[in-house]
Amino acid sequence: MAENVFNVSVVVMPKSEILDPQGKAIIGALKSLDFAEVQDARIGKMVHLKLSGASRDAVYARATQMAKSLLSNPVTEDFKVIVE
Amino acid sequence: MRFAIPVFPGSNCDKDCLHVLGNVLQQDAFFVFHKEKKLPPTDAVVLPGGFSYGDYLRSGAIARFSPIMDDVIRFAEAGGIVLGICNGFQIMLEAGLLPGAMRLNTCGHFVCKDVWLRVENGETMLTCNAGKGAVLGMPIAHAEGNYYAPPEMLKEIEDNGQVLFRYCDIDGNVTPEVNPNGTANNIAGIMNREGNCFGMMPHPERASECILGSDQGRVLFESLIKSFGGRTPKCGCRG
Repeated sequence: MAENVFNVSVVVMPKSEILDPQGKAIIGALKSLDFAEVQDARIGKMVHLKLSGASRDAVYARATQMAKSLLSNPVTEDFKVIVE
Repeated sequence: MRFAIPVFPGSNCDKDCLHVLGNVLQQDAFFVFHKEKKLPPTDAVVLPGGFSYGDYLRSGAIARFSPIMDDVIRFAEAGGIVLGICNGFQIMLEAGLLPGAMRLNTCGHFVCKDVWLRVENGETMLTCNAGKGAVLGMPIAHAEGNYYAPPEMLKEIEDNGQVLFRYCDIDGNVTPEVNPNGTANNIAGIMNREGNCFGMMPHPERASECILGSDQGRVLFESLIKSFGGRTPKCGCRG
């Protein structure tokens, strides 16, 4: 089967029970700019990948392996894989 | 005693470790480049501090996959002594040699200062010369030293006596005020259940000579060497 190139995003976020000091700083900064409606802010990472693969499912499975092995730390982070 | 010190791109305490182990404590210490696939014959591995791979992604996350790490993991799993200091500790967590993970300091920035540590378990290869309850002064310098383990894992670590050091005041009192980074239960260092892998955020290699302001980190290296059956010279500044 011919291989295609897929754009893949891996979104890595600190788990909800983990304190996120950067997010807390953002909340403070937004409030100081009069965005009083801000209830929460959390900072994670997004990794854009271009992956070759036979199908979306195959690419999704490979990206999930990448996220588990390197791109996220399962103790403190959750991740989501998005194949465009 | 032979000490292998792996050097990663961005390691910056490797020479301090080499100096203290080789020159100050008169042991056979040597560097191993991270691209090597095999450790030379050695009795212990010291993973040094620094900013391996620029701390990109997460501290230690990329160094953990350096070629030398497969053999470091094999060495540790066979019972070899591995000590990780600061970034070395972070690499050990990422490699699964020690339980838990590091988060950003709760203050959100890099913290560099002298701290006091209370020895929590004095019956380990790293702490036996200091003894339980000893208070040691040495520096910390990190942005991600906020140790975290999920509640069940943390309980296990505490119950098994795997906590080596807690941040404390000069009298050994462990309080939230002296916690420099938000770390769980003021934890500054831990070991694995088997007692051969040690990780700590403070820098004993920067506190092993009086001329540098403190020699209170030296006792940890002396403990390791003594546990292994080796001998160390007397501290020059104490006579």
